[in-house]
Amino acid sequence: MRSVWTAALVLGFSLPLLAGDKPDQAKETPDVQTIVTKANVVAYYQGKDGKATVRMTITSKQGQKRLREFNILRKDVTDGGDQKYFVYFQKPPDVRKMVYLVHKHTDKAKDDDRWLYMPGLDLVRRIAASDKRTSFVGSDFLYEDISGRSLDDDTHQLVETTEELFVVKNVPKDPETVEFGYYNVSIDRKTYVPVKMEFYDKKGKLYKTIESAKIETIQGFPTVVKSVVSNLQTGSRTEMEFSKVKYDVNLKDSIFTERYLRRAPREAIR
Amino acid sequence: MISSSVIKTFLVISAATVVMLPAAVTASQEDAEESFLSNLPVEIHGFYEMRDGYRLRKDKYEKDMSIMENRFQLDLYSYLDWGDIRFKGDAYGDLVTEKGYFDMREANVFLRPLDYMDFKAGRQILTWGTGDLIFINDLFPKDWQSFFIGRDTEYLKAPSDAAKVSLFSDWANLDIAYTPRFDHDRFISGERISYWNSNLARLAGQDAIIHTDKPNEWFRDSEIAGRLYKNIENYELAFYSYHGYWKSPGGQTATMTQAIFPDLNVYGTSLRGSVGKGIGNAELGYYESGDDQSGRNALVNNSEMRYLIGYAQEIGKDLTMGVQYYLEQMLDYGRYKNSLASGPTRDEYRHLTTVRLTKLLMNQNLRCSLFTYYSPSDKDVYMRPNVNYKVSDNLTVEAGANVFFGDNPHTFFGQFQNNTNIYTGLRYSF
Repeated sequence: MRSVWTAALVLGFSLPLLAGDKPDQAKETPDVQTIVTKANVVAYYQGKDGKATVRMTITSKQGQKRLREFNILRKDVTDGGDQKYFVYFQKPPDVRKMVYLVHKHTDKAKDDDRWLYMPGLDLVRRIAASDKRTSFVGSDFLYEDISGRSLDDDTHQLVETTEELFVVKNVPKDPETVEFGYYNVSIDRKTYVPVKMEFYDKKGKLYKTIESAKIETIQGFPTVVKSVVSNLQTGSRTEMEFSKVKYDVNLKDSIFTERYLRRAPREAIR
Repeated sequence: MISSSVIKTFLVISAATVVMLPAAVTASQEDAEESFLSNLPVEIHGFYEMRDGYRLRKDKYEKDMSIMENRFQLDLYSYLDWGDIRFKGDAYGDLVTEKGYFDMREANVFLRPLDYMDFKAGRQILTWGTGDLIFINDLFPKDWQSFFIGRDTEYLKAPSDAAKVSLFSDWANLDIAYTPRFDHDRFISGERISYWNSNLARLAGQDAIIHTDKPNEWFRDSEIAGRLYKNIENYELAFYSYHGYWKSPGGQTATMTQAIFPDLNVYGTSLRGSVGKGIGNAELGYYESGDDQSGRNALVNNSEMRYLIGYAQEIGKDLTMGVQYYLEQMLDYGRYKNSLASGPTRDEYRHLTTVRLTKLLMNQNLRCSLFTYYSPSDKDVYMRPNVNYKVSDNLTVEAGANVFFGDNPHTFFGQFQNNTNIYTGLRYSF
């Protein structure tokens, strides 16, 4: 099983919600496992596929800005299970037309398969990186923020319930593998959209937040169209904005293969 | 003294830069969606680059400067309803050869005529195989000169004038690349890299530039390369075949005045996939030297077997390491030895290992890498350290070196000892 939190915020466009589903939270509070499981299903595996244009603005403490722009295609292999991502870079110029392909595996024993296509060399490379807690394209988002963190990696505890939110505290089962001590996720009680994540270091000091800055309903699905990471340690900040969001576009399986890695499909270029 | 053609080229490049840059900068700005340029059906990109480098040792056959060029690349790309058109060309002025050049890197049309077929025709860069800076079944042209003098690694791949058809099915996929007229490597000719000249039995360079007699007729002197491949649970299995010529000179004429490109057929296979925490790859190829099948002809390369095994893994935060072991086995070695009149002989087995270390720092804007070739049998080394920093989204600066050493002057990398160089580069991309 896979989590949602980060992934849901980052891949905000993949946040289709159970439109007609009457939230059952109003009367009684579900147990924490139900909350995280539901948020996982709701946030990550609704809709069979989706696409979006992503603009990332990384602002350093000194105010220097760097821009990343890419189109992203997502397709679920099995509901609640494996997924495939196709990321086509448009900016900056030195990575233009570069393609990043991920076959995400929910089986813990299996690392994700990742490829990188370098157009200048016509080279298809396999990426050997297995550490998911490293930066994604130099931003304040980590790879795991993009591909999702497994629910099984943490223990979950409902620490607060307000009118609008459930606040869940997540403690890593294997603290050696991560840089944080724990993190809290605030989940909208009606929609199960994670609206804020707060990361605390090993000493219990808050050092990073990820916030859903803007949520829109697209094709009936509440969608995070802007999320912001603030790194309080480094003073760096990354804004991620989604546009041209579309769900259920009927992406072919073959898009996520070497054929399209070498020559991106129309869906990814436009 | 600088010839007028260089000055002209510099002027042209500078003028083009002045004309292109403002437009390009506009195109790359944030509000580009609204700009006139972005509404054209053509995407315009490219870069302007300065690159300077010097030899660290005195080389009596070559100049002290190893690279000294200004380069302007223009990359035009248009996707239309029926297909894509690509044009990418470099204009550069080179103070080492004192000439101006235009290097057309790509000029091609890409079509997806059928659900199961892709087609690309024209000048294009072609790559396949699993090695990291070692090529067995990739017999598309390489530019070893650019590689050794410190141009961007991208320039290791020289373009092919070819048509490539790709067919896809659930059973397997097939690529066929047909090159109607042989495209050889941009090999070490002595023009700007000194080398071991076996006829002279000494190092040589500009005093003994290699002249070639190359297969040059359209359609008769063609090359054909095929790859049959399949992804099985993300293990990539491939079979290769090539019919053409040794890509760099693989022999010489009977009068020993010209280097030749004898017939070559290659058959091989490769496998790549995840192994443990990293990626493993294995590849082999049988090089059948068509013009010297018996191995008795001292003037033509013998047949060979080539083997490669590699593994890459992340070993620290933003730190990856890749290692490879490569073996080149000369077939019919006894006959080769008997056929030689004099001079140092090649070993039957050439062992080669490589190690690549790449570390990303400063939010991945600084990349430090070191690629090392080491041959225990040739007792020589080639190191490629490089530091690359992205000053901004458009501006990159880098510095690096090409370091050769060896015990003998005639071995693969040892012969290039005097070409050891350092370089710096600055690139503005748009």
